[in-house]
Parts: sequence; C-alpha cells; structure tokens
Amino acid sequence: MNGIRPLSEFIFGGEYRLTPDQNTSSDAEWAAYVHNRQGAPGDKKEWWYHSPSGTWFIAERNTLTDKVTRTYLLADAKKVAKESK
Amino acid sequence: MILRNTYKPGEWINRKKLINFTFEGEAFTAFEGDTVTSALWAAGQKVLGRSFKYHRPRGVLSLANHDVNILMTDGLDTNIRGDVVEVKDGMTLHAVNTIGGVKKDKNSYVDSISPLLPVGFYYKAFHTPRKLFPFWESMIRKAAGLGVVNFDYPRILKRKRHSHCDLLIIGAGPTGLTAAYEAAKAGLEVTIVDENSHIGGSLSYDYGGNGTLAEQLTELTKKIESLKNITLCTGAYAAGYYPDHLIPIVEAGGITKIRAKAVIVASGAFEQPLVFRYNDLPSVMLGSAAQRLIYRYGVKPCNNGIVFTANDYGYRVALDLLEAGTKVLAIVDLRSGAHGGLHAIEIVKHGVKIYAGHCVYEALATSDKLKLRGAIICAYDDKNSVALTDNKFTIECDGIAMSAGWAPAGALLYQAGTGMQFDYGVQQFVPNRLPDGIFAAGKVNGIFELDQRIRDGARAANDVLNYLGKTSEKSIAEKHNGAAPSHAYPMVPHPKGKNFVDFDEDIQIKDFENAAKEGFDNIELMKRFTTVGMGPSQGKHSNMNAIRILAKIRGLPVEKIGTTTSRPFFHPTPMGHLGGRGFHPHRLTALHDWHEAHGAIFTDVGAWKRAAYYPQVGQTKEEAIQSEALAVRKTAGIIDASSFGKVEVHGTDAAEFLERIFTGKYINQKVGSCRYVMLLDESGVVVDDGIASRLANDFFYLSIGTSNAAAVYREMQRCQQMWQLDIGLVNVTGAFGSINIAGPAARDILAQITELDLSAEAFPISHVRESTVAGVQARLIRVAFVSDMSFELHIPMIQAPQVWSALVEAGKKCHCRPFGIDAQRLLRLEMGHFMPGVDTDGLTNPLEIGAEWAIKMDKAYFIGQRSLSILSKRPLRKQLVAFMLAPDFNGEMPLECNLVIDGTEIKGRVTSISYSKFIDRIIGFAYVAPAKNGIGSNFNIRTDNGSLVSATVVETPFFKNKKEA
Repeated sequence: MNGIRPLSEFIFGGEYRLTPDQNTSSDAEWAAYVHNRQGAPGDKKEWWYHSPSGTWFIAERNTLTDKVTRTYLLADAKKVAKESK
Repeated sequence: MILRNTYKPGEWINRKKLINFTFEGEAFTAFEGDTVTSALWAAGQKVLGRSFKYHRPRGVLSLANHDVNILMTDGLDTNIRGDVVEVKDGMTLHAVNTIGGVKKDKNSYVDSISPLLPVGFYYKAFHTPRKLFPFWESMIRKAAGLGVVNFDYPRILKRKRHSHCDLLIIGAGPTGLTAAYEAAKAGLEVTIVDENSHIGGSLSYDYGGNGTLAEQLTELTKKIESLKNITLCTGAYAAGYYPDHLIPIVEAGGITKIRAKAVIVASGAFEQPLVFRYNDLPSVMLGSAAQRLIYRYGVKPCNNGIVFTANDYGYRVALDLLEAGTKVLAIVDLRSGAHGGLHAIEIVKHGVKIYAGHCVYEALATSDKLKLRGAIICAYDDKNSVALTDNKFTIECDGIAMSAGWAPAGALLYQAGTGMQFDYGVQQFVPNRLPDGIFAAGKVNGIFELDQRIRDGARAANDVLNYLGKTSEKSIAEKHNGAAPSHAYPMVPHPKGKNFVDFDEDIQIKDFENAAKEGFDNIELMKRFTTVGMGPSQGKHSNMNAIRILAKIRGLPVEKIGTTTSRPFFHPTPMGHLGGRGFHPHRLTALHDWHEAHGAIFTDVGAWKRAAYYPQVGQTKEEAIQSEALAVRKTAGIIDASSFGKVEVHGTDAAEFLERIFTGKYINQKVGSCRYVMLLDESGVVVDDGIASRLANDFFYLSIGTSNAAAVYREMQRCQQMWQLDIGLVNVTGAFGSINIAGPAARDILAQITELDLSAEAFPISHVRESTVAGVQARLIRVAFVSDMSFELHIPMIQAPQVWSALVEAGKKCHCRPFGIDAQRLLRLEMGHFMPGVDTDGLTNPLEIGAEWAIKMDKAYFIGQRSLSILSKRPLRKQLVAFMLAPDFNGEMPLECNLVIDGTEIKGRVTSISYSKFIDRIIGFAYVAPAKNGIGSNFNIRTDNGSLVSATVVETPFFKNKKEA
C-alpha cells in the first residue's frame, strides 16, 4: 500500500484467524479459539499495522525465514485467494 | 625487550615512541602500538594471567581477542584484554583472578585438587543440606566471576549514532578489502568494519616466510584509500544482526547502528587449538598467535620452538618462526604421510625435522610449573585417534606453536538465519542457504588460499551488485583447493587428562565424556553442563572441538550434532554503551507551559506528561493533593485532561459500530446524551472505558483513557477493516484539548464565560452540548467522574490556553484552583469509580468488578460477549469491593498491591488506597473472596511490615452529595 518502509513503523497484530460463529460454536471450541495459538513456524497470514498511515493489512510471512511474500488489505483477501488459484 | 626483533615493514608498533608501565609492580618498557601482552612477551614475561577455574598459569593463546585468561585491571577499569588492548604510558596493571599475583597465585592449589572437582560438581555438591547453602554460595561467588567491579567508576556518556550504507562489509582482511574495492568501484557506498586496530586481517601476519605479502597489503590499502565512497572503521566490531540488515557497530566511544542494503560477512575464522596434555602452558600458542607476535609487534615468540600441526598451515607458521629467528626444532604432524607441499620442502632445506604421524603427547613444565621446558613426542594413529607411546621421546624447547584448523567466525551469519552445512572438504561449517542481502566470503565461506579468497571477495561484491540490480554479470563461486584446512579430530587422549578444550573454563576431554555419561549428550545440554563456550570468549576457540568430541562420543557425523545458538552480542559490550541517553518521545498538552509556570510536578501517563499536583509554598506532596481535592469538594477545581483519548465516529452505521465494539447499547441513545462505554478483549477481559457522546444521529464523540488510547484506536481500525461498516474514524486525541471544571461552584464559574443554559433542567448529568466558551467553540460534557457537578470542555487544542485562562480568571473569587491527576485519582475514588488498568489487571473480567450494569448481553454481538457467557456460568473467584479502615486507624498504612489475607490464603489485593481528608477516613478498593463481599464484612490486609490491618466493606460512593446536582 505504502511501498517499502522502515521496520520500526510497523506493529504486529497477531496471526489472522477466522473467528468461529459465536452462536453455533461450543464453549470448548470458543475457548480454543480465544486462548490457543498455532506456534509452529512456517507460512502464516498475519495482521500488521502501518502506524504512520494507520493501515491494517494482511502479510503472508514465513516465520522461519522472516520472508514476506505478499501484503494486501483484508478487503482484497478474496481477490488475492482467487488469483493464486 | 629481549625477544624484540628488528624493524619489519607493516608492523603495528612505533619504535620511536617508548611507553612505560608496570605489571604486578614490575616496571616495563614498550613501544607505542604494543598491546599489553606483546609488550610483556617482548620483555620475556610469559606468565600473564591465571585461568578461571584451576588458577593455572597462562600466556599467549590467540592474540586475537579471545585470550580471556589474560585479563588485567588498571585500578579503575577491569577485565582489560591484554592480548588486544594497547598499553598506555603510566598504566599500572595487575592480572585479575589471582591472590598474590600471577607468579605466586595462592589459589593455584585448586589445580592440584582438580580431580575432586569433576564437571557438574557445583550443580551436585551444594544442593543439600539446604541450611549450608548460604555458606557455599558466598564461597562460590567469591571464586566465580573475573575481576572486581569498581563502584566508583565514573559515568561516561557514550554516543549513539545511526548510519546507512549500500554495503556493509564485516572484516577488513584481503577478502573484505577486495570486496570493498570492487563494490565501491561500481559506485556503492561501502562501510567496512574490523575489530583490529589496523586493517589487513591475515595479510598482516600470515606470510609463510614470504615478506613480499606485506607489499600486497600496502597496494590493496592504497587502492581502498583512493576511493572516497569507502568508509573504513577499525577498532570496531559488528556486535549482532537484527532484521532488515540493522547491525550495531561497537567502538570504544559508543555504538553506531548501521542499516545496510546488503551485507558481506568476511569475518574470517578463529584458529583452533590442538588438544593435548598441558596444551595450556605459557608458550604453547596458536600458530597464528605466533605469526601475529612476529609481524605485528616484532616479537620473537620463543627461541627454540616446535610446531605441532594437524594441517598445512603449521608449515607456514614454521617458516615464519624461522624468519623471526626462532630455532625450529621439529614439525610434529598429526597426519601420516607427506604434507605441506612446497613449504615442507623449504623447511627441510632449513634442516628442520618433520615427524609425520606423530603427536605432542604432553608438554613439560619447569619445576616451578610456570614455564614450558619441553615436549614428549610419540607416534599417533590418526585413524583411531590414539597416541602410540611405545617409542616416545622428549625434545627440549621453550615454545610450541599449534595449528589444528579453523572455526568460522559465523556469529552474524547464524543470527541472520543462515543455514550452515558441514563441508567435509574443508572440515568446517559453511553457509548453505543465505538470507536475502547477506553474503559470505573468504574463510568464513570455507575458502582459504589467499588468491582464492581475493577472488571470493570480488565474487561476493558482484553478488551484491546483482542483488541490488546494478549489474547482471554472472558470479563464479569457487570451491576450496587442496587439503582440508582443518583436521577432523585434533585430540590427543592422555590417561592423566589436563588436555584442555576450553581455556576460559578449564574444560578437558574427560569432562565431555563424563557429561555424556550423565546423559547430557546433546550439544545444548552439554554446553550447559560442562559450561563449554560459556566463558568470556564464548567458545571461539572451543566450540568446534567440543562438537567434534561429542560427535565421536556418540558415533555420529559432526553435522548431526549441530552447533549451539548464536545470539547477540558477538563480543562482550560495555554496559555504558547500552545505557545512557534514551530517546523516549513524549507528548505535551497546550497547557504544559502554564502548568510549569505554576509549579506543577509532572508525571508520565502513557506518552503524555501530565501535571500530578501543584505544591504551594511549604506544602508536601500529600498536603497539596488533599488541598486540591478539598477545593473540588468545597468550591471548584480545574484539571487539564487534554491527554484523554478522543475519537470521532461518523457515518450511518456509527451507533452499530459502537454496539459491536463496546458492551453497552447505543442504537437508541438520544442525540445530546452521553453513555458509558466499556471495551473488552475477546477473552472478556476489561481493556478500557470512557464516554460516548452522541452529537448527531450519525456522529459519536468518544473520550477514552489516556494510556491505552493509541492501542484502542488501532483496534477500532482493525474491527472496521473486518466489518466494513458505513463509518469513518478520526483520532482527534491531539486535535482537541480537554479541561474539566468540577465542584459545587463549577456551574457559577462556567456561567460567567458561556451563554449556554447550564441549569440542571437544561443540561442534566450525562448530557453533551455544543456552545462557545470564552469565545471558543466547545463540546461540553457533564460527567460525574470526580464530582457530580462537573463539566468537561473539549476545545481545539491550540485554544485550550484561552479557555483555561478564562476559567482561572472567572474562578478567582471562589478560590477555584487547578488540580492534578493525583487529586483526580483520589476524587474518583471518593466517588467510588474504578479505573481500568488501576483497579483491573490483564485477567479481570467485568463480573469481578461489579460492572454487570454496563454489559448488555441481549445484544447480537460485542467483543468479548461469547467469552463472558462462558464466564458467567462459573463461580467468581474474586470480587472488587470498596472498603474503609477504622476511623481511629493509626497503624502502618497499607499500600496498593498489599495482599488480602484470609488465614494462610491469599484472597486478593488492594488496588487503590488513599486517605481522604474530605471523608476523614482511609478508603480504597480491594479484591476479596466473593463470600466476603457483603456490606459490613471485614477482611485483612497484610502491610509491607507484615502486620494485618482489618478493613470493612462499604457502599459506594463513599459520601453522599447533599445538594442536588
């Protein structure tokens, strides 16, 4: 969105995860969603915030090599998913 | 200077300038440029320090910044590294870690009882009985650690700088210098750093008897100096690698953080010792250390020497020793067969005898145990790594140079995430998969021959140019030519041990065997159990041999053992470099100057500087706070609340957005009214609270807490990305100033400067109005946070001083005075309002603080709703209550965080507590067991001095307003 910027301008927002439907999920499923995180290294979709411009975006990053392969706004996630198919 | 040779070009010393210093009380003379070690060695002083554990005498090992047995103190500073620190005129030096000096160290008895101190001894011996541990602890603490911290050390501020370059090269040896030249020629801004005081790397000492190599360095230096876009930093080491090629460079004067577009690591390799009995005696040194003494400092390492080698490098060392005038009595080569190539032929011409397939079985000490007097030589079975002692013989000598191989100086490569692979061709870990923008060249890349290294430097420069898109010329990577520079297993077993692997910690081969027997046979576990590589040199001369020994013990190939994790910093960095000046940005309100002029004491709240209280002449802090709070209760006070988080939510879905974010209901909120907002996280924990003022159907104005404002706004933005509602968010925290006027006289004062009808009928509590105040367009909000009678004025930040002055002026008659956040804390406590972050922590849910009234579970959704529905089914574990202490209480004042105790159990803690002059009681909030939360029940608080104080649960607010607001 903003080109290449210094690392210090970015804030990590955790892994991007789909929220289960709170009306149909069981207590155990919900608790697992709230409290458990997948810590295994590898390719992840993550929330990142670019502080000066106030932009939240999704970054696809390999947590082992720290290599970012793609970034996009959440609204474009479906488009991106289609393109990669 | 009995071992000083005549002048040779390229040496680092200035023979015209003499330096006088003392070592352990004895006077010495040195040349300018000498290190402490080179000066002492030149004078024939060979015992320079004592080892850490056994207090064994030690001399030169590497002369390359990991001779950690040679640590000095000059009285002021400690742990000065003798091998690399330049000696200065007038220095009075003593070795650390001795009692009574290096020659008669009283602690050397430890060496004779070493069999009683096996590896892991401390871990096992002092566990029981527990009673005795304090005694042992004081003994161990005295024995552990090196040097004594000087608590009178002056505070010296070290600068911190930031710098950028296209290419950062680590290591100014032939590889790094060539890479720098080639990259700079192509137009890159190049910075090159080297920990040595001079550039050149191995080109400044590794000559193999061929002095013309010094001229090659001179030429290379000239080429480098001819290019303006090369910055040379000597005496500077790259301390670590951080993401995006951020590398701190540490110099004596401070740290420079360099961000580079690309990095070439040409940091070379550390020479590794051969492991044999008494390989630690003074005068047994690495081959490269001998060469450094010869060519950098003009010092002859010894008069009659032996070269013990396990690679071809030893033959180069022998030629250099001959060049220095040392009589080389023998080359002992661990390998059988003919080795050393052309160098060997030349050595034989000098009449030096080569013992192939032999080893130094044991070094011999003089009777005072301080010096080397000879070596026992015997045959060696290189296949099975055993000494064949049948025909051993002794050669008398006063020096042994050892060459076994190399370990890559790859710390930064590891930290950057480089995949390393063990290359059997060079018997070394070499980079296999390099991260983007990181390149390796020279010895660290497994390339050892000089001409090959120079080409490898050029190759790396070309790789960088390719990476930066400056050229598309193909790079040709070479493989090492010839025999492996490192020996696969340079160890000579000896039944009596004392064959040292790690000189920092005096670790012998048998220590590894014992550790493995105890089950510590993984490299990380073995490191921690034996402490190998945990001394000040961090395994620079010991980790590689440790890995080889462990591989042999376990019968695994070296690459299956792996290496321990490399972390910053690469080299011990003085605390003073890290401490000192910090850069913490802070925000000031538009009224900051006024507060300062009126004697405010400031405190940090989030990023803001806020006035805590305004002490008047002769007032203590406590008195100031009480009189400010009392003014609000009796007449009026004003507070600068500009640091509050302020957010505007615009759009047709504004109310819907608030309903999803906060726990309350906002769809049916009337324009002109205010409602409480509470934010939870997904697990139902209280994050923040505040006020939502509805200014129009499609416009809410939110005021939230100060310290969390940025994070809360960020979370709102994220939610909006997910929900895509028809709203716009504006963070107006800095755009609006906020002033709160509170107290019985607030209405009368405010009425003087606004036309707005402030009567209770026209402007009741929890409502918002827009009007002009003192000529400034303002949003007025009636909140009952500190007083039932209070008005929050939100005005453009820049006009805040205008409104503030008008209020001060209008309030003069009834003694309205400014109050700070300390009084505000007390006032809201009197009102019985909890504060998130003060009365809650990272685990508190709204049910525990009695905030059910703020939670509307019948909504479709809000953040944390689902988790709360689970939590509400469970019994509460603790509950926040308001309490008072007895009216006549005069014991030790309980403090925030003091525990609530029931019998032997901790039930909760005090979250807020203060004396209130207005109520004339000590009041507060505390968490108690839910069973004890009824009004009138008592609970105990344990104070800092251990006494128990009884408190009584009371209703809030702590007082009743007599007058209707």
